[in-house]
Amino acid sequence: MSMLAAAGVNVAQNVGFGIIAGVMIFAALCVVTTRNVVHAALWLVIVLAGVAAQYVLAAAEFVAISQVLVYIGAVMVLFLFGIMLTRAQIGREQGLNNNRGWALGLPVAVVLLGLLAYAVIDAFDDQVLPGENEISSAGGIAANPTAIADNVLSPYLVPFLALSFVLLAAAIGAIVLARKD
Amino acid sequence: MLAVNFLLLGAVLFCIGVFGVLARRNAVMVLMSVELILNAVNLNLVAFALMHGNVDGHVFALYVIAVAAAEVGVGLGLVLLVYRNRRSIALDELSEMKG
Repeated sequence: MSMLAAAGVNVAQNVGFGIIAGVMIFAALCVVTTRNVVHAALWLVIVLAGVAAQYVLAAAEFVAISQVLVYIGAVMVLFLFGIMLTRAQIGREQGLNNNRGWALGLPVAVVLLGLLAYAVIDAFDDQVLPGENEISSAGGIAANPTAIADNVLSPYLVPFLALSFVLLAAAIGAIVLARKD
Repeated sequence: MLAVNFLLLGAVLFCIGVFGVLARRNAVMVLMSVELILNAVNLNLVAFALMHGNVDGHVFALYVIAVAAAEVGVGLGLVLLVYRNRRSIALDELSEMKG
């Protein structure tokens, strides 16, 4: 709570962040613990929408739109098709978890969270993100889509082309794998 | 707004995703947990872009989104193939590679 009340911090932005973050963490826990595959996919939609909302709070509108289009639009449809084609039971299902899953996963996740939280707090404890005024006046990331296009098409052109081939190869590979002979 | 807020949220989502990958038995659920991990990383990239006033992080986040879409496509293709051959997508039954 002390983070929310730090000096020079926009209170409304922080309250919004806190509410969305709480919803996201709850939904993510539901994704990994629910016994219903379709419910897990729907909880995942809430997490992805929360991530898009956080992008808007972080002044990354273009990434937020892409997140909604690609993840909530395309990837979730793929997941629902995957669930349907593998004939998952509609309703509660036993055996979604490993027998030893909790015993293995919980300590690993908790220790990892402790390490990450320690490193993050140690390194970035007092780092204040620029507020709304500084973003628009500094011109750094104000002209968002234009700046992104400039970056994609000049310094990051080679990874962009490689990415196009990755997508093409993935599409063809998925068709070859899933085709019935 | 503090950078730690975003980074801690990313860390929590990442650990929840790691737990899902380790604890789930259904291959589709493991792919969903991988999506959680990728989104946590994207959140960090966007937060760093805001911190440094630089759009490079946004570009990286867009590339990660594209690679994640490709990964889900191929992953679900593999899952469908496994399901067609074995009538089950329980990951602990895929033990042919054990000697």
